[in-house]
Amino acid sequence: MAQLQDEPAADSPPVAHTRSIDIAVSVVLLALAGLLAFDNWRTGMGWDETGPKAGYFPFYLSLILAGASIYGIVKELRARRQLTEAFVRRDALMRVMQVLAPTIVFVLLLQWLGLYVASFLLIAGFMIFVGHIAAWKSVLTALIFSVVMFVTFEIAFDVIMPKGPLEALLGY
Amino acid sequence: MEAFELLLYGFGVLLTWKTLALMMLGLVLGIFVGVLPGLGGPNGVAILLPLTFTMDPTSAIVMLSCIYWGALFGGAITSILFNIPGEAWSVATTFDGYPMAQQGKAAEALTAAFTSSFIGSLVAVLLITFLAPGIASFALRFGPPEFFSVYLLTFCSFVGLGREDKHKTLISMSLGLLLAGVGMDTVSGQLRMTFGWSELFRGINFLVAVIGLFGISEILLTMEERLALRGHAAAISLRVVLRVWMEMPRYWLTLVRSSIIGCWLGITPGGAIAASFMGYNLAKRFAKDKESFGKGRIEGVFAPETAAHASGTSALLPMLALGIPGSGTAAILLGGLMVWGLNPGPLLFVEHKNFVWGLIASMYLGNVVGLVLVLSTVPIFASVLRVPFAAIAPMIVVSCAIGAFAIQNAMFDVWLMLLFGVVGYVFKKIGIPLAPFTLALVLGNRAEDSFRLSMIGSGGDLRVFWSNSLVGSITTLALILLFWPLISAGWSRLRGKTT
Repeated sequence: MAQLQDEPAADSPPVAHTRSIDIAVSVVLLALAGLLAFDNWRTGMGWDETGPKAGYFPFYLSLILAGASIYGIVKELRARRQLTEAFVRRDALMRVMQVLAPTIVFVLLLQWLGLYVASFLLIAGFMIFVGHIAAWKSVLTALIFSVVMFVTFEIAFDVIMPKGPLEALLGY
Repeated sequence: MEAFELLLYGFGVLLTWKTLALMMLGLVLGIFVGVLPGLGGPNGVAILLPLTFTMDPTSAIVMLSCIYWGALFGGAITSILFNIPGEAWSVATTFDGYPMAQQGKAAEALTAAFTSSFIGSLVAVLLITFLAPGIASFALRFGPPEFFSVYLLTFCSFVGLGREDKHKTLISMSLGLLLAGVGMDTVSGQLRMTFGWSELFRGINFLVAVIGLFGISEILLTMEERLALRGHAAAISLRVVLRVWMEMPRYWLTLVRSSIIGCWLGITPGGAIAASFMGYNLAKRFAKDKESFGKGRIEGVFAPETAAHASGTSALLPMLALGIPGSGTAAILLGGLMVWGLNPGPLLFVEHKNFVWGLIASMYLGNVVGLVLVLSTVPIFASVLRVPFAAIAPMIVVSCAIGAFAIQNAMFDVWLMLLFGVVGYVFKKIGIPLAPFTLALVLGNRAEDSFRLSMIGSGGDLRVFWSNSLVGSITTLALILLFWPLISAGWSRLRGKTT
């Protein structure tokens, strides 16, 4: 744990305020509700001789979602709350990105290299570059973890994962 | 005594070497995920679920429920030694547990926590054993309108009783119900909300969403908060255990009170957090010296732990008997049951006797074995926390990806999981509760089906939900709960005018 707590940075500038994000999320949800309501209206939101049609239930749910989102937007806009509450500060956002970005790269890689090689790269890379842990420890940990996962899922439990060129080379 | 015979039968199902080994494995894994920062009951169960896909349902559920017990025990370790509640309902445990650890009484606090969790769960399991079959056989007479009214009651009680902003609960719930409807409509077979995108034809898998919402988003939050762990060392000796146990009978009233609160709140959805605080506050209110609470009083550990675990366990009662989970974790277990093709609800007790009684028996056994295991291995698990988070975070990410992929062998699901991870992160930060979403996503299709079947049966007449006294009173209660905030506000305004 110690590696992640370098200096306290309470004065790091906020990247966004909770209120703006709150409103933005409500707007996105409102748009989604509109889209889904339209689609369900197209599917058929009325009744026929067998009862409500496929779009009936979700259509009214979209209306509830839209209503709740509008209420949220109005409430936030009318609130006289000060704009000081930070949604996320810059240093915190950096730390979140430190794990989110490698995760996205990992999911991309996993399609070409297979799960086990991609996990090895993710764990070793993350430990070395984010955790500043000695390279040999990181590589060893990543190797052990990936092999254990391979043995557990591929061999012991027969859960098939995406595999890449390395596994093909080994005959799996 | 029929329940007793069936329970013995359940133990018979359970007592094979393979099942017992899986139980131990589940407990160890559970304690492990419970101790890890940023994980806990529902997350651990969600992430480890794929391990069980190739097992038979009984072994799988036994292992999963043991992961859950383990995670509950593990959560107490972090609350007491590190002042970090693994779950919202362990928050109350830190009030007195951490001060005890600071005073060098960590072993006492841990023993108290483990033992009271054990007692809380035991009371709840007894309740399940004797009440669940009765409720299930009563519910066998339910038709679609009755089921819909019970679903409605579940959803409405979230809106009416939750502590979050009402419109945010409503957003979370309607979004969950909508996403549950994506894909093939189960009644007419028509595709909806897919926009012609073939990946969406299967629908949005509940477990994929859960792994993202609970697993990935927790990692993001933990990274952001930059948890600094400074813990207290602890090893529990037999002498300490016996001393705490000798002291325990003195607090019998607290234990009984907390168990009752826990069981009651556990059966109504979303209750475990409220239960732990209520248990703590009641113990404080009835104590002679209230000031000693919060400064390391053992009763302050007994009370919330008993209540939290009684409620966490009794949340499984409505899941088994009615198919309605009483907590997030129960919802995930329910999702698991569906993966194995089991339909939770009253019929489960008739059609899958092996499974149900094996599960109930495993609750007894898992609890006892878990208690012994956790008491004897605390130092090992506490040392897990000294492993750098930079090593644990990517491993959890990998486990989440494995979980999301394994459910339907679809790469699309891994991307979906990532999306849900970000959504969960944002929702948690702006206070949109995730529990109603989870519940809505898992129950959405059943709620819709029961509604439409009721409508088909009644020819579109909504009065079917008041057609007999049972369904009528449940529906009315649901509506009262839904509008409870308005009702209580109006009531207090009225009273304000008259006085």
